[in-house]
Amino acid sequence: MTVKNETLDRIVIRFAGDSGDGMQLTGDRFTESSALFGNDLSTFPNFPAEIRAPAGTIAGVSAFQVHIADHDILTPGDAPNVLVAMNPAALKANVGDLDQDGMLIVNSDSFDERSLNKAGYSSNPLTDDSLKNYRVYEIPMTTLTLEATKETGAKPRDAERSKNFFALGLITWMFNRPFEDTFEWIKKKFANREIVLESNLVAYKAGHAFGETAELFGSSYTVGPAHFTKGTYTNITGNHATALGIVAAGLLSDMEVLLGTYPITPASDILHELSKLRHYNVKTFQAEDEIAGVGAALGASYGGSLGVTTTSGPGVDLKSETVGLAVSLELPLLVIDVQRAGPSTGLPTKTEQGDLLLAMYGRHGESPVPIVAALTPSDCFNAAIEAARIAIKYRTPVILLTDGYLANGSEPWLLPDTSKLEKIDPNFKTEPNHVNSDGTGSFYPYIRDPKTLIRDMAIPGTPGLEHRIGGLEKANEIGSVSYDSLNHELMVTLRNKKIEGIQDDIPLAEVDDPSSDTDILLLGWGSTYGAIAAGARRLRALDKKVAHLQLRHLNPFPKNLEEILSTYETVIVPEINLGQLSKLIAAKYLVSVQSFTKVQGVPFKAAEIERYVLNMIKEN
Amino acid sequence: MTVTTRKDWASDQEVKWCPGCGDYSILAAVQLLMPEFGIERSNTVFISGIGCAARFPYYMNTYGVHSIHGRAPTFATGLALTRPDLDIWVVSGDGDALSIGGNHLIHALRRNVNIKILLFNNQIYGLTKGQYSPTSEIGKVTKSSPFGSILSPFNPISLALGAEATFVARSHDMDRNHMMEMMRRAHDHKGSALVEIYQNCNVFNDGAFNEITSKDKRADNLINLLDNEKIIFGQNNDKCVAYDRENGVKIADVSSVGEDEIVVYNSKLDNPALAFAISRLASGPYSPTPVGVFRDVQKSEYGEALRAQSQDAVDKKGRGTLEGLLGSLPTWTVD
Ligand SMILES: Cc1ncc(C[n+]2csc(CCOP(=O)(O)OP(=O)(O)O)c2C)c(N)n1
Ligand code: SF4
Ligand SMILES: [Mg+2]
Repeated sequence: MTVKNETLDRIVIRFAGDSGDGMQLTGDRFTESSALFGNDLSTFPNFPAEIRAPAGTIAGVSAFQVHIADHDILTPGDAPNVLVAMNPAALKANVGDLDQDGMLIVNSDSFDERSLNKAGYSSNPLTDDSLKNYRVYEIPMTTLTLEATKETGAKPRDAERSKNFFALGLITWMFNRPFEDTFEWIKKKFANREIVLESNLVAYKAGHAFGETAELFGSSYTVGPAHFTKGTYTNITGNHATALGIVAAGLLSDMEVLLGTYPITPASDILHELSKLRHYNVKTFQAEDEIAGVGAALGASYGGSLGVTTTSGPGVDLKSETVGLAVSLELPLLVIDVQRAGPSTGLPTKTEQGDLLLAMYGRHGESPVPIVAALTPSDCFNAAIEAARIAIKYRTPVILLTDGYLANGSEPWLLPDTSKLEKIDPNFKTEPNHVNSDGTGSFYPYIRDPKTLIRDMAIPGTPGLEHRIGGLEKANEIGSVSYDSLNHELMVTLRNKKIEGIQDDIPLAEVDDPSSDTDILLLGWGSTYGAIAAGARRLRALDKKVAHLQLRHLNPFPKNLEEILSTYETVIVPEINLGQLSKLIAAKYLVSVQSFTKVQGVPFKAAEIERYVLNMIKEN
Repeated sequence: MTVTTRKDWASDQEVKWCPGCGDYSILAAVQLLMPEFGIERSNTVFISGIGCAARFPYYMNTYGVHSIHGRAPTFATGLALTRPDLDIWVVSGDGDALSIGGNHLIHALRRNVNIKILLFNNQIYGLTKGQYSPTSEIGKVTKSSPFGSILSPFNPISLALGAEATFVARSHDMDRNHMMEMMRRAHDHKGSALVEIYQNCNVFNDGAFNEITSKDKRADNLINLLDNEKIIFGQNNDKCVAYDRENGVKIADVSSVGEDEIVVYNSKLDNPALAFAISRLASGPYSPTPVGVFRDVQKSEYGEALRAQSQDAVDKKGRGTLEGLLGSLPTWTVD
C-alpha cells in the first residue's frame, strides 16, 4: 500500500513524557527542522520545577507543544491535534487538552501495571475504551528502540533512553520533515559520545522507517511553508532574544555591559547566553545574591557602563531597595523581570503576569520607574533595547517585564537590519556646568535639561568634575544633602515629572481596528499579545467586530491612550493575574473596564478570548 | 605623579560627626595619606553604605557615593569590574559590614576584587542611636539589650581570614601613623583588602577601646605584628607570643619560653592558620590585642581574571559587532 500524503494548513503537536525522557530536546529539534522547512511556528515548553521528579508520576511530566502552519500564526495553539505520550502519566496529564478526534501516539511498552498505578490509572486506558474519541496508535517504542540499537554496543538501560529519537524519527516522517537535517544535527550534538550518538542515530532511523513501512498510518502530512516577508530568519526564544537585545544596547550606546545577577528560573538562560558573549564587550557577574547582582550593576552604571540585572519575582523583591537608590541617584539601570507564578516560590517554571503592580509600586517613597513589556519571544530583542535606551537617556532604572511563556517559547524572527537600529547617546558631561563665585567651575550633578528634566551626569575619572551623590535627599541642582522640606517636595516632583515626560519620547499606541466600527476594545499588555490577537481574528472570522490594543509601555502609558479608551464603550482587559492593568487604567483614566483574568500558570488560549467576547455580546 | 596636599582632598562640606568622634581622626589620616599616592582626585572613588561611618564620602573631594545599608561592597564591585583605572575605597561600620552586609563582605573578600574596605568598628550602632552590634561584647547594656547582650561577637579579622581574604589588617583611631601605614599597605595590595579600625563612639560606646588604645595602656595591650620580627610587647618587652601545643599560639612571658618558641610573624604565608590563631589571642579589646597586617598574600584579582577572559575571547573571535551578533545565529533565508 502506498501511503498518501495530505496537506494541512496547520497542526499542533505536543510531545509529552517523563522529565528524563528528553521531550524538550525532541520538541526543540522538531521545531528547528520545521523552521528550516519554512513554516511559521510558535512553541510552548511546559515542564516541572523539579529536575527529575519521581519517574512515571504526573508531577514528573514534561511537555513541549509546537504549532506549525503555512500562514502566519500568533500562538502555540490551543489544543494539540497530535499528542505523543511516552508513558501513562504523560497521557493522563495531557489527554484532556487533545483536540476532539485528535491523534494519539503512545509508547505502549510503558503501559504496564506499575506505570499505570503510578500515573493513578485504575484501568488501562488503552483497553478500557476511554480513548475511543481519538485516533490511537499504540507503538512499542521501547522494544523497537532496543531492537534497533542492539548492534551499537549500548547497554539496554542506556539504549532505552534513545526512544525519544525513535519518536522524533516517526514524527519527522509523519510530517514530511527533511530526514537529513535532524540526522546531521544528531551527529553534531552527540559527537563526543560515540555510543550515545550511534544509538540515537539508529533509533531515529528506525522511527522514521517504522512510519514508512508499518502501514499503520493511512497518511503522512505536509504543512507547507508560510509566506514570509523576504529576509533572513532565525528561530528564537524570548530569553535568547533578551540577551541579544542587551548586547545590542551595549553596542548601540558604545557602553560596556555588566550583567550582575543571581540564578533563578526562568531567567537564568539570559545569564547563560550572555556568559558566552564576552567578546561583545559584555561582562557577566554571578553575584552572591540578587541584592549584590543589582548593586554591582548599579555600580557599573555609575562608572559609565550599562548595568543590567536579570531575575524573576522573588529576586525583584530583593532588589527593590537598590532600584529605589537608582531612582534617587538618577543612574541608568536595566532590571529584567522574567515573571513567574507567585507569590513566594509559587510555580517557578510556570508563567504569570503577576508583577506589574510590583514593578509600578514595589518600592518605598515616591519612586517612579518606567516599565516596558515584551509582546512576543522575538520582541524581547526590541523591548530590551527600548528599555535600555530609556534607562541610559533618562538616567533611571527601567523594568522590563517578560515572563516564563515568552522566555522559553520560540518563534521565527526576521533579523533586523542592524544599520537601522538607532544609536544611544549616554551624553556624559566632561565640562563644569556651574561657575563658582570666584570664577572657577564646578560640577552640579542635579542640574537638569529644562525640557526633559534629565540630569547632568559625569562619571568618575573625569577631571575637575568630582562630586558626591547619595540616597539622602539632595539639594536641587547642587546635589549636596538637604533636609529642607520644600526642596524635598520639589525633588520628588521633578523626578516624577521626568518619568512622566518620557511619554513624549515613546510611540503612540496603535489600535488594530480593521472595521473602525466597533465599541469593543481588547486591551492587553506584554505576552498576551499572541492569544488576544488570535482571539480577535477568530471573532472577526465570525463577523464580530473587535479592536485590539497591546501595550508595551506601561509607565508612562502612551500619550494617546486616554483618547483611545474614550472611543470604545467596552474595554476588556485580559491578563494572567487578578486584574493589575485594569486597576492602573481604572485609577488613572477613571474609566470602567472589564477585567478578564486567568491565573493558572499557562497563557490564554485564543478560544478563551473568543468565548469571553461572544458570551459578553450574548448577554448584552 | 600628581602633586596635591591634604587640603585638596577635603570637600567643602561641613563635617557632621559628633564632636570628639573617632571618625574625625580616621578622616584626617585618609586625607593626609592621599597626596602620597600621587594620584588624581578624579580617579578616586569612596563608596559607603549607611551609618555614621558611611557619611565619609561626603567629606572627600573625590568622586563618592553614599549608597544603602550594607551594600557598598556590591556597588564597589560592579565599579571595579568595569573601571580598573579607578582607586576604589569602601567605608563601612560594624553594623553595615558585618550585620546587614555580612554576606557581601565575605564574598567581596573571597573574590579578591580590587576594593579597599575600611571597617570603622565602634562596637555599636551609632547612627540609630546605640543598639548592640555584631561586634558588641557579651553583657553589653544598650537600648536594645537592657539586660546585657547575650550574643558572642564576631571577630572581624577571624571572619575575614575565614572568608579567604588576601589582605587583612587592624588599626585604631588613636594612632594616625599606624592607620596610615595600614591603609598604605592596603592600597598597595592587589585585590580586596580589609582594614579594621577600632573607632571610639564617644556618644554611645565611649571608651570601648581605652584598655588597649590609651597612651599608657598601649605598650602592654597592643601587640604589633611586624613581618620577620619576633612578636614581643609590654612596657619592658617582657611579653611575647609563643607557639602553643593546644591553641597554636599563646601569650607568655619572654623569660618563660625558649628563644625559638617565640613567633616570628609572617603575613605572607599562604596558609592563614597562623594569622587566624593570632587573631584569636584577644577575646575583646581589654586584653592584649594584635594590630597590624595579619595577612598579605598575592592571589589572582577577580577583575583582572575576568578581563583576561574577555581579552582571550576577543583574541580568538575578534571584537564582536552587531552584524556579527545576528550573523552568528542559525538562519534561513526567504526570497
Ligand atoms: C535597610 C536599612 N535598615 C536599617 C537602617 C537603619 N540603620 C541605619 S545605620 C544603622 C546601623 C549603623 O551601624 P554601623 O554600621 O555600625 O555604623 P555606625 O553608625 O556605628 O558608624 C542602621 C541599623 C537603614 N538605614 N537601612
Ligand atoms: S554617634 Fe558615635 S559614631 Fe556616630 S558620629 Fe556620634 S560619636 Fe561618632
Ligand atoms: Mg558601628
